[in-house]
Amino acid sequence: MMKFRFRRQGTDPQREKIKQELFAFNKTVEHGFPHQPSALAYDPKLQFMAIGTKSGAIKIYGAPGVEFTGLHKDTTAVTQIHFLSGQGRLLSLLDDNTIHLWELVGGNPKEVGGVRREGVVSLQEVNSYNLPGRPGIESCSATRVTVLLLLKSCDLLCIGTEGGGAYFLEVPRLSLKDNQTLLQDEISQSLPDEYRCGKALGPVESLQEHPQQAGKILIGYSRGLVVLWDLSTRHADQLFLGKQQLESLVWERSGNLFVSSHNDGGYSVWAVTSDQSCNPLPVSSTIPYGPFPCKAINKILWRTTQSGSPLLLYSGGMPRATYGDRHCLTIQQDKDHITLDFTSRVIDFFTVHSVEQEKEFDDPSALVVLLEEELVVIDLQTPGWPSLPTPYLAPLHSSAITCSCHISNVPPKLWERLINAGKAQQGRQHAHRVGGSLHEDGTVRFWDASGVALTPLYKLSTANVFHTDCDPSDSQDLNDDPDMQQEEEWPPFKKVGCFDPYSDDPRLGIQKISLCKYSNKLVVAGTAGQVIVFGLSDERSDHLLDVSVMDLLQDREGFTWKGHDRLDLRLKPPPFPPGFQPLVLVQCMPPASVTAVALHAEWNLIAFGTSHGFGLFDYHRRNAVLARCTLHPNDSLAMEGPLSRVKSLKKSLRQSFRRIRKSRVSGKKRAISTPTSKVQEANAALAEHEDVAPVQRRIEPRSADDSLSGVVRCLCFADTFLRDGTHHGPTLWAGTNSGSVYAYALEVPGAGSGRMCERGGVNEAGMCVEAVLGKEIQLMHRAPVVSISVLDGQGKPLPDPYEASQDLASAPDMTNAHSVLIASEEQLKVFSLPKVSAKTKFKLTAHEGCRVRKVALVIFSSATQEDYNEHTLVCLTNLGDMHLFNMPGLRPQVRYDCIRKEDISGIASCVFTKTGQGFYLVSPSEYERFSLSAKVITEPLCSVLLDRLLDCKPFSRCLLELPKLSWRTASDVVCSYVIYRSYFHPEIPLIMLCN
Amino acid sequence: MSRPQSRIGIKLHQHVIEVKSKFEAEYRRFALKRNSHGGFQEFYHLLQSLHLIPGVEVLLGYADIHGDLLPINNDDNFHKAVSSANPLLRIIITKKEDEPEVFGTNSLQRRKKGLGLTGLRTATIGSTHSRHKPSLLIGQPQDFRQISSIIDVDILPESHRRVRLHKHGTHKPLGFYIRDGVSVRVTPQGVEKVPGVFISRLVRGGLAETTGLLGVNDEILEVNGIDVVGKSLDQVTDMMVANSHNLIVTVKPSNQRNNVTHRVTKSSGSVGSAGSSGSARDSPSPAAQSNPITASNSIAEGDSEDEEDDCDLIMENDSLLTHQVINSNLRDSHDLRPLPQSISLPNSMAASMISNHNGNSEESLREDGNIISL
Repeated sequence: MMKFRFRRQGTDPQREKIKQELFAFNKTVEHGFPHQPSALAYDPKLQFMAIGTKSGAIKIYGAPGVEFTGLHKDTTAVTQIHFLSGQGRLLSLLDDNTIHLWELVGGNPKEVGGVRREGVVSLQEVNSYNLPGRPGIESCSATRVTVLLLLKSCDLLCIGTEGGGAYFLEVPRLSLKDNQTLLQDEISQSLPDEYRCGKALGPVESLQEHPQQAGKILIGYSRGLVVLWDLSTRHADQLFLGKQQLESLVWERSGNLFVSSHNDGGYSVWAVTSDQSCNPLPVSSTIPYGPFPCKAINKILWRTTQSGSPLLLYSGGMPRATYGDRHCLTIQQDKDHITLDFTSRVIDFFTVHSVEQEKEFDDPSALVVLLEEELVVIDLQTPGWPSLPTPYLAPLHSSAITCSCHISNVPPKLWERLINAGKAQQGRQHAHRVGGSLHEDGTVRFWDASGVALTPLYKLSTANVFHTDCDPSDSQDLNDDPDMQQEEEWPPFKKVGCFDPYSDDPRLGIQKISLCKYSNKLVVAGTAGQVIVFGLSDERSDHLLDVSVMDLLQDREGFTWKGHDRLDLRLKPPPFPPGFQPLVLVQCMPPASVTAVALHAEWNLIAFGTSHGFGLFDYHRRNAVLARCTLHPNDSLAMEGPLSRVKSLKKSLRQSFRRIRKSRVSGKKRAISTPTSKVQEANAALAEHEDVAPVQRRIEPRSADDSLSGVVRCLCFADTFLRDGTHHGPTLWAGTNSGSVYAYALEVPGAGSGRMCERGGVNEAGMCVEAVLGKEIQLMHRAPVVSISVLDGQGKPLPDPYEASQDLASAPDMTNAHSVLIASEEQLKVFSLPKVSAKTKFKLTAHEGCRVRKVALVIFSSATQEDYNEHTLVCLTNLGDMHLFNMPGLRPQVRYDCIRKEDISGIASCVFTKTGQGFYLVSPSEYERFSLSAKVITEPLCSVLLDRLLDCKPFSRCLLELPKLSWRTASDVVCSYVIYRSYFHPEIPLIMLCN
Repeated sequence: MSRPQSRIGIKLHQHVIEVKSKFEAEYRRFALKRNSHGGFQEFYHLLQSLHLIPGVEVLLGYADIHGDLLPINNDDNFHKAVSSANPLLRIIITKKEDEPEVFGTNSLQRRKKGLGLTGLRTATIGSTHSRHKPSLLIGQPQDFRQISSIIDVDILPESHRRVRLHKHGTHKPLGFYIRDGVSVRVTPQGVEKVPGVFISRLVRGGLAETTGLLGVNDEILEVNGIDVVGKSLDQVTDMMVANSHNLIVTVKPSNQRNNVTHRVTKSSGSVGSAGSSGSARDSPSPAAQSNPITASNSIAEGDSEDEEDDCDLIMENDSLLTHQVINSNLRDSHDLRPLPQSISLPNSMAASMISNHNGNSEESLREDGNIISL
C-alpha cells in the first residue's frame, strides 16, 4: 500500500522537479587525517604534498582547502609516490607491484540540481604498468619493485628490483627501455674478486640521481655495494665497496659526497672523487647510538646550510635493547642533537628546502614527518626546532572520538571569543608540550567546519575538575624544567605530536554535549554520570564549582549498582583559564553513563538521562527539580554498569578453551591415539559444528521485561500545549528504550503563559521551577524512542531557545494546534497535541526491514527558487541508507545509500547539520562530509596553474590560482589561499568533538 | 449488596478495583476487593442486584487492556478479569436474548467503527453475522478468541500459505526462529538456487507450534505483504518483530501435502474463511495467480488492521488537570468530592470510591517527584 502511494506520488512531474531542486546526495570531502597512511611525497615546485594509504587512496594537499583525492581500482597499499615535479602528475607504486600514473585533469562543467557548476580539477589515473617477470626465473619476487627514481628531467623512471636488476621506463608513456636494463651480472663483473666472493649483491635498496650531473645515478645494493652509474655510456663510473647492509642513500648538494645509512644503526660518508674508480672505505663511519647493538637507520637526509655545518636527519637507529620500541627521528647539526620521540610509527619524511640550481645551499626550512597517526612539522630555522601547528590534517582522533555535535550559524561574538580562547591556549600548549605528556581525555574540541579543511579552534578539558590517578598537576612540576632533563638523558628525547591513544581514565569520556550559541552555555555529560554546565568567560577565574548529587533511582529497592564509581572531585582545582569555565556539576547516582542531555538556556534548565532514569536541574537557582526512575523492576542488566563482566568473562573463557582444543587438534597427527585424544577430537568436532551452525533469529515481540528498557534515549524541551489547547507552557519530554514517552509540564517562573501568576499567588515556593507529569505514552511496539520533537501549528519544528524571543528566527505558530513527532527505531509518528492522538505515521521497519538509527529535522532550500524551502525529516537506518520524509505528512521523498551497513561505527557517529549536510567517521581518524541538499554543499573545487594545459577546458573559465603549501612561519599558515567554494554559505558552522 | 459495604475504609488502590458496569443505558460504579472476591456466580448475582434486574438472564463481558471485549462466564475468566483491571474494570452486561456481543480481538473498537472493512478482513469466528444467518452453533464461539488463521486462500497458489498469527492478549510467545537458507526456484532459464529465509525451529507450546500452520523448513516469502526477496535475515527479523502484534507471513510449506485447495475452501468454508463473500476476488486474475508475491490485498489489509491494532497507550495524568482542585479541596475542608455519576449509591460505597481516588492522587503526586508542595 505504502509502495503504491509512493509510486503514484513519484509520477507527479511537478513534485519530481521540486525534489530534484531540493535533494541531491554527494559525498564531498574527508576531514581529518588519512587512515593508515603508507607513502609520502612532496613536489617543491607546486608545493604539493601527497599521501598514499593502505587502502589504495592518494590524497594531494596544497594550500589549506586545496585537496585532490584519487582511489586506485584495487584496494592495495600504496607503497611509494613520486611527483613529476611541476607537471601536476604523479607516479604511484602499489603493493601488488604495479606502477600507476595519475594526472590532474580539468572536468567539464556539469549540471547539478538545475545549477551549472564550473568544471573542477580532479585527480585521475591515466596509465599503469606492471613489470613483467623475467623469462627463466621462476620466482616472481625477482622483479618485485623495491625502489623508484624519477629523474629530474621527468622523462625516465628508474626501477630497482628485488632481484637486483635496474629497469628504465619512459615517462609518461610508461614503456620499458629494453636496451637500458641493468642486471646484476654486469656490475659483478667489474667487482674486485675479494669483494665478490661468490655472493649476490642483493636487492636494489636505493637509487639516487646525481645532483649536478644529469644522467648519472647512484645505485645501492642491499649487501652494501654502491655504484655510480652513467646512463648515457652504460658504464659504472665508480664503485663504493660498503660492507654493511645498506638501507638508504642521500647525495650532498654539491655531488662531492654522499651518505649511506645501514642496518646496524650506523651511517657512512663517502667522498666522490673522480680519480678513483674503486673506493674500498668511506670517509667516516658513525653509529650515533652505539656502542650496543642498534636498529637500522631506515632513511637518512643530509642538508647543507649557509651557517656551516650540515643538518643530518635520520629515522631509527635506536639502541635495540633499551629504546628499540620507540618511534624516533633524529635531527643533528653540529652539537645540537634532538631525538624526536613520536607516539606512532614513522612512515616517511622530507624537508622543505630550496631546490633552485643556482643556490649553493639546501637551507632547509621545515621537516615534515608522516607518522602512522598524524603529520608533524618541525621548524628547522628556529633554534630548538619547535614543532609547527599544521593548517590541516589535524588528528581528530588524538584521543578516541566519543561523540560529535554540529552547530550552524554561530554568532560572530561567540566565534570571536572562541578563537581568542583557542589562541591563548595554543601559547600555553607549546610550553606544556615541551614538558612532556599530553594525557588528554574528557576533552571537547571545537573545530571550524566552515571549509574543506577542518581546523581546530579551541579545546576544553573537563578532566581538571576531577581527581584522577595520574594527576597531571603532580607530574607537571617535575617536567617543568626541560633543560635539566636533557642533560641527564641520552638519547635526548623530545616528545612530539599529540596523538595519544591512552586515556587517563575512561570515566572521563564524554557522551553527550549541548551548546546554546546565544547564551554561551555548554552542557557536557560523561561516562561516570557527570553533567557539567559551562559558561564562557574571557577572564581567568578561581570560583568554586557548585556540586549537586541527584539520585535517579528514587529509592527503588533491590538494586545495587555494580558498575564504576563516580569521579572524585579535585579538592582545590586550579583556576579556570579563559574560555568555557565550569559552573555547576550535577552528579547522577548511580554513576551510569549519561545517555541523553538537553539544555534550555532561556529557562536555565538542563535535563539528563542515564540507564536508570532522568533528572531535571535548574542551574540558575542550583536546585534539582525532578528525578524520575525509568527502570523496569525486572531489569537486572541495567544495574551492572556499562559492561556485563560476568557474561564477557564466560564468553572469553569459552573461546579460549575452544582455541586450545583446536590447537590440539591441529597437532594430533603426531599424537598417539589414546582415549583422551579421542575425546578431544570429539570435542573439537563439536566445537567446529557449533561454529558452522546456521545463524538463527528469534521472532518475538519486544516485551517490557527486555533488558535495558529503562535507558533514556532522548530528552527535549518545548514550549507547547500539554495541558489543554489554549494554554501553552514549558514542557519536558523524555523517551526510553522500551518505547515509553514521558511528558512533563513545567512551571518556570517568568516563562510561558499567564498561568504562572495565579499559581505564584497561591504558593510561596512558586519561585521554584516545578514539574508535573502530564502524559505518559507507551508505544505499542515498544521500540526504543530515538527522537522527540515538537512541531508548531504550521508543522515546523520549534525554534531554539532565544531564537524566537530575540527575533533571530520567525516565531512559532502558537495559534494552531501543535503536534509532536516521536521517532522510534521502528516507526515515525506524529501525534496531535494536547490530546495525544496519532495523526500520521510511517512504519519503516515493517516495510523496509531497516531500523532507525539517527533522525534530524532539516531545512532544505531549493537550488533554483530563491526563497523556497521545505522541512524534511532525515533518517539514517541501520543499513546505512538515508530516508527523507516530508513533514508533517511523513511521506517518503528519496532514499540514498550512504554508509556501508557493516560500518557500525560510521553509522553511530553520523551527525546532521540543520541545512542538509552531515558527517560520519569513515575511519577512526577521518570524517566523511556529505550533503543531502542540492544547494548547501561544501566541497573542494580546486584549480591548479600548471606548465601544461589542463585538458578539456579553456583557461579563462576556471578559477585559477597558484596554491602554496608553506610551513615557513606560523603566520603563513593562517593566511590561506583558499580556493574551495561552498555554495550558499551564510553560516559559520562549528563542529564539536568529544573525547 | 453486603460485599461492597464491608469494604469501607480500604485505602490502597492495589487492593481495590473500580468496577464500572453497564447494562443498556445504565451505569453502576462500585469498588471490589481484589483479593477476597468470590467466584463468578457471586459476582453475577451482585451485578444483577446492582442493576436491579434480578432473574434476567444476562451475558457478562469486560474490556481488557487492549480494548478487547472478553466474556466472563466462569470463575477462571472472572479472576482473569479482576487481575487485569488497573484499577478500573469495565463490565458490559447484555441480555441473553439480545444479539450476543461480539467478543474477540479489538471488538470494542471495531464496534465503534461500525464493523467496516469486514469484506477484506478475515471473518473472525466472532463475527458470524448471526443477525443475517443464524449458523449452526457448535460451541459458544464468543467464549473463544482467534489466535491464527489461513487467509487469502483464493488468491494464492496452492503451494503457498498465508498465515496470520494474533499475538494480542495472549502470554504465549510467538515461538519460532528463522534462518538463512537456499531456496530452489523454477525459472524460464531452468532451476535456480537463490538465498531464502526459512523457519528453523518452533518452540514447544508457542503460538506458532500450537496453531500447526507453520512448520520447520517452511520458506518465508512475505511478511505482512512485503516480499522478502533480497532482504537479509536481520532485515526479515526486524520486519517480523515490527509486525509481531499482527503477523501475516506467507510461507511455502516444506510439507506440501496438507495444502488447502480452492475447491475445498469454497464448499466447506471450514478452514479460515478468506473473506470471500461474493467479492471480485472469487475469480482470481491470472496476474495474481502467476505472481502471487505481489498480492497487494494483504498489504492493504495489514494496513487497515493496523490502524486499529496499533494504538499506543496514552496515560493522561488526572492529577495534572485536577490536582489543584483536589489540593484545595483537601486543604479547605475534607469534603467529599461529588461523584461523576448521578446514581444513588449507598454512602459507604461512595466513601470507598473517594478514599480510593485520594489514594490514587497521592500516589501519583508522590511519583511525580519531591517538588510538589501541598
